[in-house]
Formats: sequence, structure tokens, C-alpha cells
Amino acid sequence: MTYKKVDACDLKWLKDAGLDLISGADIPEEYGHDELSGDRRMPEAVVVAHSAGEVSTLLGYANEKKIPVTPRGSGTGLVGAAVPLCGGIVLDMSKMNRILELDEDNLTVTVEPGVLLMDLAAFTEEHGFLYPPDPGEKSATIGGNINTNAGGMRAVKYGVTRDYVRGLEVVLPTGKILEIGGKMVKNSSGYALKDLMVGSEGTLGVVTKAVLKLLPLPERTISLLIPFADLKAAIDTVPLIIRARAIPTAVEFIERAVIRAAEDYLGTRFPDHEGDAYLLLRFDGASEEDMERDYDRVAKLCLEQGARDVFILDTEERSTVVWKARGAFLEAIKMSTSEMDEVDVVVPRSAVNDMVTYAGRVEKEVGIRIRYFGHAGDGNLHIYILRDDLPEEEWKDKLKRAMALLYEKAKALSGAVSGEHGIGYAKKGYLKESLDPEQLALMRGIKGVFDPNHILNPDKICF
Amino acid sequence: MMNILVLIKQVPASNKVEVDPVTGVLKRNGAASKMNPYDLFTIETALQLREAVGGEVSVMTMGPPQAEKIMREAYSLGVDRGYILSDRAFAGADVLATAYTLAQGIEKAGGFDLILCGKQTTDGDTAQVGPEVAERLGLPSIAGVTSVEPQEGGIVVEMDMGESIQKARLSFPCLVCVDKDVNQPRLPSYRLREATRTREITIWSLADLPDRDKTHYGLDGSATQVQKIFPPTDNRERMNLTGSPDDMAKALAGKLRDLKFVR
Repeated sequence: MTYKKVDACDLKWLKDAGLDLISGADIPEEYGHDELSGDRRMPEAVVVAHSAGEVSTLLGYANEKKIPVTPRGSGTGLVGAAVPLCGGIVLDMSKMNRILELDEDNLTVTVEPGVLLMDLAAFTEEHGFLYPPDPGEKSATIGGNINTNAGGMRAVKYGVTRDYVRGLEVVLPTGKILEIGGKMVKNSSGYALKDLMVGSEGTLGVVTKAVLKLLPLPERTISLLIPFADLKAAIDTVPLIIRARAIPTAVEFIERAVIRAAEDYLGTRFPDHEGDAYLLLRFDGASEEDMERDYDRVAKLCLEQGARDVFILDTEERSTVVWKARGAFLEAIKMSTSEMDEVDVVVPRSAVNDMVTYAGRVEKEVGIRIRYFGHAGDGNLHIYILRDDLPEEEWKDKLKRAMALLYEKAKALSGAVSGEHGIGYAKKGYLKESLDPEQLALMRGIKGVFDPNHILNPDKICF
Repeated sequence: MMNILVLIKQVPASNKVEVDPVTGVLKRNGAASKMNPYDLFTIETALQLREAVGGEVSVMTMGPPQAEKIMREAYSLGVDRGYILSDRAFAGADVLATAYTLAQGIEKAGGFDLILCGKQTTDGDTAQVGPEVAERLGLPSIAGVTSVEPQEGGIVVEMDMGESIQKARLSFPCLVCVDKDVNQPRLPSYRLREATRTREITIWSLADLPDRDKTHYGLDGSATQVQKIFPPTDNRERMNLTGSPDDMAKALAGKLRDLKFVR
């Protein structure tokens, strides 16, 4: 695909059209990368969107001129999805950040895509509601979350972003503004375009408004921190917890090495050092008594499985000190090394132990430091391969080998390439490896229908 | 061996204490309660001392029978013994009457080497009860303590004086108010909770105390009376800065200087 470069003529047109434009040397460096992937490329121009109309104006023009457009939220992605690999224009959606409506009759909140997760959480909680998807990165935008179908830490009980998107306003590459889905609870009217848009990483359309489903805010939450002698014992207990039909909102596993990194990063002490590995569980419910019944069974079960103890995080202070450490894992690991790359595979819950054990083996075999933590309850692992002081060539080589082994293993365990971070640019090679060619062809066909000129976030996911 | 007593209190679970602007009554938020968060640092200090030199850790509170909840919590942290001082006659006590009641309870229980208090509570926030208990018992006391080291026949403490640290030696028996954030309090253990489910909690009423004169307790025994409780005025003034990072930094620094937050 050859694209047109943005020239003085284009800039003048976009400016005259009233768009909020940044170009040339004025473009801040951050528009050329995301939070992790090594992919870097500066755009030729940045348009900061303030309305769906502006997005429509830009896309209509870019489509006609064949200028690539890459939408972007907070830039907290990890796979290069927001990096303008073909140059062109970055479309910054972060300033469209208003919460438009809380509809208590339909239990929905309508937001613009630039609303940050932390602001959405604060708003909904203040009004007595819960927006369940809970990814660790709270400064991500809801638009970014929708585009990756972000999961987070309540997926075990509540599911992922796609389960909470009721309707979307999207701008198609032609500039056409479209409403898909809505406030309805049920909908059997044709193909589920809304669900297709969720997780499309900005390749099919630009989300300019979202209607999200809410739940009543649970009155009480309680977490359990459970030390085990080793990681295997901890993870082996997870299927038993699920089988016991106690439904925690979150089941996370944590290794001591990662806790140490978080302590260094935060400058605080974790409240326990007994275990080599921990499970961290959260329950929510209407009353203390309800939850106690639920977690009591789980606590007994864990002790039977050899847990050293079960610590009860029953106050805001206790909960905060542990969950804050959990929330800092990614940054803490990042701080502990010079460069890193990640594997965000998801496997069936029952295969988590195999996957983690294998990651430990890869660490030894390839001779590279690997750290991991993850959502034991939903099978989604975050495995980080760390460069430390390896020279460039050796790093590239070892990284490639480690990644290939890990993705191969995930596939063998009937898993998938990405649980929640998406494919973007960085993981598309692995996606290709893992999917049936027919499936990839379908994906490419869909892209062609939405965006025949391939101007929207080109070169991502399945190309 | 050290015989330690920690004075604790049950407070509303929410850290946001709300006052009904009309009646001036504290909104108790569905009566959900928890242990005063400052007391957790104190219990941790006591348990670490016990781990270092052996002995026993007890907790005592003045409050309604529902205070059993924080006694059970203390047991699940590893505390050996719990006392509740509970009587209708104790109701409405100010800091002086509260301190007197606790002092009576301590006299009755007897035999403590070291009495530890938290910095303050999250509901009353006076930070006065600790030193007043020491006064009532005629014990040496020190507040704002950031570390406690055992020594033969006493302890050596460090006290945060703001600009400097004062090191002091106290002989037993003595009373120490421990500062906040001096350690990472341990978490309640399910194992200990199950193991102490039937452990006794001593509950004493007025009739059990050495001084049974009702007028020394509760509202009658209080030197102060609360006239009115009202929420503080709350200032949510905001300003937005725009412009280049340099301009915004200059404007922010200027504003902070104007407000005398920086010089």
C-alpha cells in the first residue's frame, strides 16, 4: 500500500476545516510510541479531536487523499497499536473526555472515548454503580479499553469490556457517523457489528461515543491474601476454588520476586513475607455475612491445600496496601531492567500451571530473566522478558527465541496470543502463526469492507 | 519478658466522617465499624516486642459490647488477651472521663510493664487520652514515638520532635503513644481467628472497677461537654492552567508563592 505524505496543502486544508492541528517539529515525541513496544515512528501531523464531526471531517479527507490515520487514547498500549507505522496523521481522542449521561433507568453511562478509567470508576462509584472491567492501567482511556477489549482483574466474575459495551457511535473511514447497538439489553438484529468494533484496535472505525452497561455497586468487598510454599501449590488450588462454586471477582497469582520489585518501586513494605507465592482473591457482596460465608469455604480449602495461612483484607487500609502493590507490578518490573517485552497469552484456567512452569524453563534454557504475574482465575498471564545488561544482538536473539517458545506452548495448551493487550503491530507475527489461514482471510475481508483504502491504522493485527 | 497492654478503640469504618449539617450528629454510615487504624501500628509494635523478648500482649477498650469485634480482630493478629470496659454509666465520656475509666480498668487488671496507645483515633482525633491515662496512673509517658527498643527493666524510644529526634529511656511501668506509619502492620490471620474463636474476652462493668462512684464516669465525670458538631467548610476552588509547559510551570510557581505555600 502506498500512502500520500501529509504536505503543506493538506495541513492548510485541515487547518481551514477548523481542526486542532499539530505538525512538524511541534509534534511532541510521545505521539511516536506507546508504553512498551519497541516500535517507533513519528506522525507527519497530529489532529486533536473535540467532536465526532471533526473526526468525520478528518477521516473523509484522509480517505480521499489516502493519508493513513492512527487513532490514539492515552498511549498506554503495550503492542504498538497506537504507533503510526505508516506515518500520516495521529488522531488524538484524549480530549473528548466528557461523561455525557448517567441513565439510572437503563443502568447505562454514556461517555466520550477519552474518559480515563479512573475518572469513570470515581464517577460511577460516587453514584452507587460499578463499571466492572478493571484493568491495572487506570490512566488508560475507555476508548482504548474498548479497542483492545480490555479485561482486567474482575473478569472471573464479571467478564471483560465487550460484555459491558451496549452501544457505540463510530466514525467510519469514509467519514460516515454511525450508531451501532444502543441502550437495549437484548438485540438479535443482524450481525453484531458493535461486538466486532470492540477489540478492533482502531482498524475498522473510530469510537466517538460509548454506552456502557453498569451494575449496582456491591456494598462490601473483601480480599484474601494467601501465602503458599511455592507457585505450583498456589496455582493448583485455583481450579478447586472455581469448582467450589465460590465466585471471587478476582484470582491473581503473585510470586515473591515480583513483590520484591514492587516494594523497591513503591518504597513500601508488603505486609507479609511468609510465602514464596501468593494467591490474591477478592470477593464482593451485599453484606459482610454473605461474603464471610463465601470466603470461609475458600479459606478452609486453601488451608487444606497447604496454604501457610489466609490473611483477611477487610478494611480499606489493608486492601489498599496489597492491591496497590499488585497494581504496580508492571511498572515495578519495568523499572528493574533496561528494556523488556511482554507476552500476554491466555490459556484455559486448568493449564495455567503448565504455562507458568514452562516460562520458568524458558528462563533457564534461553538464559534470560523472565518475570510473570497474572490472572490465575481467567488464565491470562503477563510474562515479561527482561533485557537487563544484554548486548543488543544477544537481546534480540534471546527475546525472539523466548517469545517463540512461549507462544508455541500457549498454542499447544489451546490458548490464544493475547488475553487483553491486543495484537497491534508487535504481536501480529504470532497471531499469524496461531490462527488458521482461513480465519486470517476472514479478518482481512472484514477490514476491506470497512476500510477499502486501508487508511485506518494500517499494518496492524492481521496484515 | 514483657507484659504489654495496648489501648484500642472501635471507630466508624468509613474514613470519611460525615456530619449531618442540621442535627450535628455524626453519620454512623449503617453502623459499619473497624479498629482505629492508628491502633494497628501500636499492636504491631507490641507484637514485635513480644517476639523479641517474650511475654504477653493484651488489649483494652472502653465501649459497647459490640467492641467484641475488634477484640476478635486483635486475637486474629496474635494478641493474647482482651478486656472491654462496658457500662451505660460510661456513656458520653469526654477525654478525661475516658482516661479515668481506662486507668481504672488498668488498675484492676494490674501488672503491666508497658502500656501502648495509638497516636489518636480517626473519630475523636484528640490524641489526649493516652497522656491522660498516664497522668491518672502516675506513670511516666512519652508521645510521638517512632521506635521502641527493649532494654533491661525498661525501654529506649525515639520520639519525633519534627525538626529533631529525641531518644529517651523509660523504666517500667510506663506509657508510650506510638506514631503512625512506624511499621507495616501484619494482616489478620484466618488461622489465628479460627484458633481463638472461643477464647475468652473479659468484660468489666462499673461494678467490677475499684472506684464505683458513678459520678466519676461518663457524662457526669466529664469536664467538657460537646456543644455542637459541624462539618468544616470545604474549599474546592479549582483553577486551570493552560499554555506551554514552561508557562504553566511559571504560573503554578507564582500561584504557590502568592498563597505562601512556597517561598
